[in-house]
Amino acid sequence: MSEHISSVKLYIGIWLALLVGTGLTVAAALVDMGPFNPIVALAIATTKAILVVLFFMHVKYAHEKLTKLVIIAGIFFFLILLALSMADYSTRLWT
Amino acid sequence: MQTSPAATVQGEAHENPALLHHFATAQQQKDAASLGMWLFLVTEVMFFGGMFCAYLVYRYWYFGDFAAASSSIDLTLGTVNTAVLICSSLTVAMAIRCAQVGKQKAIVVYLVLTIILGLAFLGIKGIEYKQKFDENHVPGWANFHLEGHIPRHADIPVNQQHAQIYFSLYFAMTGMHALHMIIGVGLFSYLTYKAWKGRYAPEYYTPLENGGLYWHFVDIVWIYLFPLLYLIDRHP
Repeated sequence: MSEHISSVKLYIGIWLALLVGTGLTVAAALVDMGPFNPIVALAIATTKAILVVLFFMHVKYAHEKLTKLVIIAGIFFFLILLALSMADYSTRLWT
Repeated sequence: MQTSPAATVQGEAHENPALLHHFATAQQQKDAASLGMWLFLVTEVMFFGGMFCAYLVYRYWYFGDFAAASSSIDLTLGTVNTAVLICSSLTVAMAIRCAQVGKQKAIVVYLVLTIILGLAFLGIKGIEYKQKFDENHVPGWANFHLEGHIPRHADIPVNQQHAQIYFSLYFAMTGMHALHMIIGVGLFSYLTYKAWKGRYAPEYYTPLENGGLYWHFVDIVWIYLFPLLYLIDRHP
C-alpha cells in the first residue's frame, strides 16, 4: 500500500493561505464594492474550501475516481437545490 | 512448495491484523471506508444545504434587515474563531501525516492540540451567544429588540420580524455547526485514546483519516458560515 504523504511544508503553506484568505475576506467586506461584495466573499470562501478538500482531505491524491464522482455529484445536487429554489423565490413578484 | 493465490491473500491478512477477511487487500478496504465516509459527508452537505437555501431566500427578500442584524455580531470573535478552526484543520492534517510516517507519539500530541482548539472554538462561540442573549437578540423572545436602521438608509428602521428571521438562521446554523464540533471533539477523544494505545501505524490509520475528513468538512461549513452570517454589508 503506497499512500501519498504530503510534506510538512505543503501543509504549512495551505494553512497560511487559509489564514490569509480569512484576513482578505474580512478586509473585502469593509470595502464598498456594490453588488460584488457577496461575490468576492463567496469566491474567497470557495477557494479556501477547495484548498481544504484537495490538500487537507487528500482528494488530489485519491486512488478512486469514484470518490471524486461522489463529491462532484454532491456539489451538483446542492447547486440544483439553490438554483431551482431561487428561480422560484426570486421571480414571485414578476407580473 | 507452491503457494496458491488464495494462500498469498491469507498471508497478507496475517501481516496486517486490521485487514478484514472480506476484503482482498488493505488498499481495497481503505478505499471502501473512504467512499463510505464521503457518501456520509454528501448527506451532510444536503443537511446543511437546506439551511443554506433558507438563508439565501430570506437574505434575498430582507437584505437590509439581514445586513443590520449581521453587523450587530462581534466581528473580532468571529474572525478569531475562523482562525482557530483553520489551525485545528492543520493539526488534524499533521496528526494523519504522523500516522503515515509512523511517529506514534506525535499523533497523540496533534490530536490533543486539535481537541484543545475545538474546545477553544466552542468557548468563543459561547461568549458570542452570551452577548446575543444579553442584548436580547434572541428570536421568539417577547423582549427581542434590534436597535438601529438599515445600512445607508437612516430613515428606515429595522423590521423586528425580519431581524428575528436572521437570528433564527444564525442560531440554527451556528448551533448545528457547534453540535458537529461537539461530536467531533468526542470522536477525536476516542481517536486520541486509540492513538495513545498505539493503534495507528503506516499500515493502518483509516479511522484517523475518516475522522479527519469529518473535521475538515465541519471546517468547510464554517468557512462558508463566516462570510455569510458575519459579513453582510459591513462596509460604511
